[in-house]
Amino acid sequence: MVKEDIIFAGFGGQGVMLMGRLLAYAGMKEDRHVSWMPSYGPEMRGGTANCTVIVSDKEIPSPLTSKADIVVAMNLPSLLKFLDKVKPGGKLFINTSLIEEDVARDDIEVIEVNANDIALEVGEGRVANMVMLGALINKVGIVKMDTIKSSLSDVLSKRNHDLLEVNKQALDNGAKLV
Amino acid sequence: MKEVAGKPAALTDKPFHYCPGCTHGIIHRLTAEVIDELGIREETIGIAPVGCSVLAYEYFDCDMHEASHGRAPAVATGVKRVHPDKVVFTYQGDGDLASIGTAEIVHAANRGENITTIFVNNAIYGMTGGQMAPTTLIDQKTKTSPAGRSRELTGSPLKISEMLSVLDGVTYLERVSVHDTKHIIKAKKAIKKAFEIQLAGKGFAMVEVLSTCPTNWGMTPIEAMKWLEENMIPIYKPGVLKDIEDGE
Amino acid sequence: MGEKVLMKGNEAIAEAAVKAGCRYFFGYPITPQNEIPAYLSWRLPEVGGVFLQAESEVAASNMVYGAAGAGARVLTSSSSPGISLKAEGISYIAGAELPAVIVNMMRGGPGLGGIQPAQSDYFQATKGMAHGDFHLLVLAPSSVQEAVDLTIDAFALADKYRNPVMLLADGMIGQMMEPVEFTREIDPETLPDKPWATNGAKGREKNIINSLALDPAELEKHNLKLKAKYDQMKEEEVRFASKGLDDAETVIVAYGTAARIAASAIELARQVGYKVGLIRPITLFPFPEEIINQTADKVANFLTIEMSTGQMIEDVRLAVNGKKPVHFYGRTGGMIPSPEEIFEQIKIIGGAKE
Repeated sequence: MVKEDIIFAGFGGQGVMLMGRLLAYAGMKEDRHVSWMPSYGPEMRGGTANCTVIVSDKEIPSPLTSKADIVVAMNLPSLLKFLDKVKPGGKLFINTSLIEEDVARDDIEVIEVNANDIALEVGEGRVANMVMLGALINKVGIVKMDTIKSSLSDVLSKRNHDLLEVNKQALDNGAKLV
Repeated sequence: MKEVAGKPAALTDKPFHYCPGCTHGIIHRLTAEVIDELGIREETIGIAPVGCSVLAYEYFDCDMHEASHGRAPAVATGVKRVHPDKVVFTYQGDGDLASIGTAEIVHAANRGENITTIFVNNAIYGMTGGQMAPTTLIDQKTKTSPAGRSRELTGSPLKISEMLSVLDGVTYLERVSVHDTKHIIKAKKAIKKAFEIQLAGKGFAMVEVLSTCPTNWGMTPIEAMKWLEENMIPIYKPGVLKDIEDGE
Repeated sequence: MGEKVLMKGNEAIAEAAVKAGCRYFFGYPITPQNEIPAYLSWRLPEVGGVFLQAESEVAASNMVYGAAGAGARVLTSSSSPGISLKAEGISYIAGAELPAVIVNMMRGGPGLGGIQPAQSDYFQATKGMAHGDFHLLVLAPSSVQEAVDLTIDAFALADKYRNPVMLLADGMIGQMMEPVEFTREIDPETLPDKPWATNGAKGREKNIINSLALDPAELEKHNLKLKAKYDQMKEEEVRFASKGLDDAETVIVAYGTAARIAASAIELARQVGYKVGLIRPITLFPFPEEIINQTADKVANFLTIEMSTGQMIEDVRLAVNGKKPVHFYGRTGGMIPSPEEIFEQIKIIGGAKE
């Protein structure tokens, strides 16, 4: 793997930015070049939030991407917005807990993750993002799962440190899905 | 031989450029005397305005910073935050403080910046040649109110000291005049108090000084003193508008 | 120090200012630079400094004027419409020859414009900041690490020239996160004394901070003194980065965010045999004229990429001085060009393919 462009998208409150930051942080810990570029402004409050993460072995030219290797869609509006952004041959992770629609493309690999359901099984609805990230890391690699886990305490704000263990559990349970 | 009169050390030897009969000279001198009496000349940074007293930085013999129009309280804020142990004063006219610089004076006062402001109100723009100021009286004729100031067109004289006196950040605010000896002595006491409040770290203090502009009012200096007394004082009443120490 | 951290551009710039020995910040909120004041609002008190949210950008720039005159390393930051308001103070700071650092995280304009990244304040930053015959020294980072390094340099350059320095970036640099290292830290106590500062005339002649000179002969002399500083900047401070100039037929000139995207376009173009190079000005004033002029002798044409309708291109054309065609492609209003769009332009202008 030389360079992976990943778009994480969902609605505000789903922890979409955090998924991206955690991946970027883990990439940095593994001495890769990384960038994390968020959408910003009122658009974030209006509905879909998204960020682009690039992890690369070389210096990263543009921190934005026209065609992503991987798109993670946590809700339906995000799927509709970013479906076309997946490179032919790329991967699309969809949160089937919130997306029932079929994906209208056959040139990409679709990975279905019922993230919210698994999160509820873990006992914390808010960690659907980590379920999804666990599935992503297990499927694609990019960085080691251990690095993701050891990055959690640096990336999660201190007030959420009581959720460290449940986040790790969510990562593991997500990983088991794929 | 004992020297009974002389120039305060806090004034340079540079002759004032002010018009004959203008009271800026008196107010400069009072401020300089206070600086001398408090022994703070080497601790003081003065902020000069834009207006007739724009060249104040040449007259006061202490560190001086010439501000842009109306922004002296913001510049003073910058200086004072860097040197909280020094004495910082602004010297501003009514166009500078009560027109273009209203935001800066309101917020500096409201923050309770520990500075001293000398506010010279002569109800006209002097430096630019006698235009209407926010403090110009109703029916007063100026270059830009040739038929006299109309309330319908331009509102009423702005009583900025009354406005500022309601702010929590203001520790001391007094309006004085310099049209006669009695008032000059009172004015000096007020200026001294405004500096003492800063030295004690008690917050924002301002003295409004009613002043004349014989040139742009179109009067002799003596007529101007009389005009101030008869026309300005009824509108801008001298007195202490706020003094936290006295519970006012 | 020396450890990599993942930081947003805005926060990294704020921390870099602290590392540069800056202890004073005066500003006013505006998107997309709000992380700078938010960060400094807790960070400066931690190091004994002062963060003050002013009542307006006008007041903020005049507080900077006061603090700079008082001898402090001082920062303000804003975004396009706010910079227009700060212009007054900046002109006085330049006129009174004071060091200060101003960050502009550009957004689309004119007027209220938008809040997405743009490069439409190039003219303002390099040529028309405010009234009077003056220039800012303008630094344009294209990564978070470079934003950190240039912020620290900005304070030193401001002190060296007693001139305001602007860090000119955009919402993208401000909002994105990249790993950064802080390798320098300056204790403000160790900085050289500023004998001209207004800090009380104890045992010395009084100091005056001033930009007024009513005598035109005196003002002209002052203007020429300022010009001499700008000439010295042109001699000593020009910075740029370049790539692929050895065999390039087409050279892209782009700065900041646009240069990052252009670099991606160049990768696409090179994959299919287009020989494309990049000149990335790091100082926008002084502008890297010489390298562009020299390059013009060797290449077929230039392509200027900007997130505006074309501002820096005027400086590129002046530098090329008619030797070769200079083309332009830009997106504006907060739109960001894609590498593919730029690649299309490379094909259109006929960069030679092997």
